[in-house]
Amino acid sequence: MKKLLSIFAVLAFAFSANAGTLDDVKNRGFLKCGVTTGLIGFAAPDDAGNWAGFDVDVCRAVAAAIFGDSSKVEFTTTTGKSRFPTLASGEIDMLARNTTWTLSRDVNLGFEFVGVNYYDGQGFMIPSALGVDDATGLDGATVCIQTGTTTELNLADFFRANGIGYEALPIETNDEARENLFAGRCDVYTTDASGLSATRAQADDPDKWVVLPNIISKEPLGPLVRHGDHQWGDVVRWSLNTLIIAEELGINSSNVDDMKSSNIPEVLRVLGVEGGYGEMLELSNDFAYNIIKQVGNYSESFDRNIGPDTPLGIGRNLNALWTDGGILYAPPFR
Amino acid sequence: MQNNLFQDQKFRGILYQTLVVGFFALGLYFVINTTAYNLEKRNIATGFSFLNNPAGFDISFSPFLDFKSTDTHLKVYFVGVLNTLLVSFCGCIAATILGFIVGIIRLSSNWLLSRIAYIYVEFTRNTPLLLQIILWYAILIQLPRIKQAPQIWETFYISNRGLFGPKPIFLDGSNIVILSLVLGFIISFFIARWAKKRQDTTGQQFPTFTTNLSIIVFLPLVVFFIMGSPITLEYPVLKGFNFKGGAVIRPEFIAMFLALSIYTAAFISETVRSGILSVTKGQREASGALGLKKNWIMRLIIIPQALRVIVPPLTSQYLNLTKNSSLGIAVGYADLVHGFGGISLNQTGQAIECMAITMATYLLISLTISFFMNIYNRSIQFKEK
Repeated sequence: MKKLLSIFAVLAFAFSANAGTLDDVKNRGFLKCGVTTGLIGFAAPDDAGNWAGFDVDVCRAVAAAIFGDSSKVEFTTTTGKSRFPTLASGEIDMLARNTTWTLSRDVNLGFEFVGVNYYDGQGFMIPSALGVDDATGLDGATVCIQTGTTTELNLADFFRANGIGYEALPIETNDEARENLFAGRCDVYTTDASGLSATRAQADDPDKWVVLPNIISKEPLGPLVRHGDHQWGDVVRWSLNTLIIAEELGINSSNVDDMKSSNIPEVLRVLGVEGGYGEMLELSNDFAYNIIKQVGNYSESFDRNIGPDTPLGIGRNLNALWTDGGILYAPPFR
Repeated sequence: MQNNLFQDQKFRGILYQTLVVGFFALGLYFVINTTAYNLEKRNIATGFSFLNNPAGFDISFSPFLDFKSTDTHLKVYFVGVLNTLLVSFCGCIAATILGFIVGIIRLSSNWLLSRIAYIYVEFTRNTPLLLQIILWYAILIQLPRIKQAPQIWETFYISNRGLFGPKPIFLDGSNIVILSLVLGFIISFFIARWAKKRQDTTGQQFPTFTTNLSIIVFLPLVVFFIMGSPITLEYPVLKGFNFKGGAVIRPEFIAMFLALSIYTAAFISETVRSGILSVTKGQREASGALGLKKNWIMRLIIIPQALRVIVPPLTSQYLNLTKNSSLGIAVGYADLVHGFGGISLNQTGQAIECMAITMATYLLISLTISFFMNIYNRSIQFKEK
């Protein structure tokens, strides 16, 4: 009897280890999503303590797709350093933390980037009083930099390529970098341009700070999952794609019910009126409807969190749809 | 006899010890095996070859080695080790001096002085070190900005980017000046030995301290002028964003140094106090009766006996200070944990390798400190004749 029990225990362990992430999430009843420790516009708690932001919306979209309820998310804060171990260890199901998609992260670290939700590039922010209007004029400056990031490597490359020197001040979080910058410990803060806009929005007097026009790198930011669980990767990928496709088709949170009686076939496929695309993902057929209804489409999320009418005031630029001069593009919903 | 094997104490002892070691080995095997399996399953590359890859990032705080972003992760490691050793070494010396002073002051008959020492000890050792480090850094960062840095004789500048001062530049012939300094120390050593021997045999005293001090100061000074001043000073000059030239002590280092030494000194002072109190009152009274001066009693009678009690716990304070220097990450001090165990780990993703190397290094440093402190401890123990 004891022997039998121990065999059962081993088998149960083996099964639970092999079960897919999607089943785990469904059984648990909520999604565990990793975000930043607080970057206004992308992921930060609002006055009521609810997480809000552009990256947060990706988590909410996935929760809406699985549960039909975008609030079923538990957020875990991660630093630039802790994010990968947290994901690899299974503590979170997915990471939506303005993380740059690179070859080594995709391959060597054992992760899978499911798409890009924000095309960014690394920039520099300085006090406007310094009177510098180009990053090549920063010879000898002290630069605050978040450690463990791709920006750290780009920074070294940029200064080396231009034959100018700098002093690096490696900092752990965005908040620490901001304090050092505002206190004058460093002249320059460098990170993704979106992050700079967020930092500038938090200054006492944002007009005293200027983001230089130089963009020194490609930073495609997107959500990622552990490598190997393709079913789960597909769920996150198509939740993200749904946000973009909805904007392409002109479906938003306020007209989504009316669009159910549209005569455009792709709209009907997206909203689950025709075809069984949700079932292919092992979700309900109206998963995309739930995402759009509860989170909105890409442009709604963008405008709500980081768009021109927010303190960040970021324009669409590269992140406009491919039909509007940007490079935002999702594979067809078919 | 066979049946009585379990009643044999020796056999039981061996059996239990074998079992404990066996279970430990099994547990270790399980952990290593699981880790290796999971690493392979997740396609995470392992091995130490990354050490020879270029780091790709810059470390600005590297007073001993010149570091560029094209250097390898191995060099990041050495920069980190040196920075850890630097702050630990400076911290241990400062903590010892401060600890001895505070420990003696606490036993002072002056009520105000001993109360102040008491408050200092209780305040520093009962608040977390991490908070103290952050507090020092928060104060230092509020110093004047670089453009408004106040100056002293146009030589020293104080700003929140560090304390700037002149740097010695060694020209041709400077080796001879340095050589003469070393020579001065060697001569002093022999004078001290001769003076002690003479005092032991004849009882005559010799002004060793003043003689040696003048030899160490004046000999190199004379050689310096004979050689035509081969050592000059380079002064810091504000150019563009920062000071160019000169020497600088960064606020990250100062914060770590102050916090570590002040925190550890509080513990050391208590050790010193207990050591002094362990020397019986009779010793003090007897030496007083012999007519020794008050500071001689302390130096020649009390402290040598107190050291036997002080040194073993002092060793563990040194080890604590060294290990606590790993908190440098809180203020961006590029020590071993922040540089190699942090940035390199992150950029390469080789968490297990980086952590293993970092831990082995701390172990090595700690064992080395213990080794030398044990030698010192043995040398001051009471020797029966």
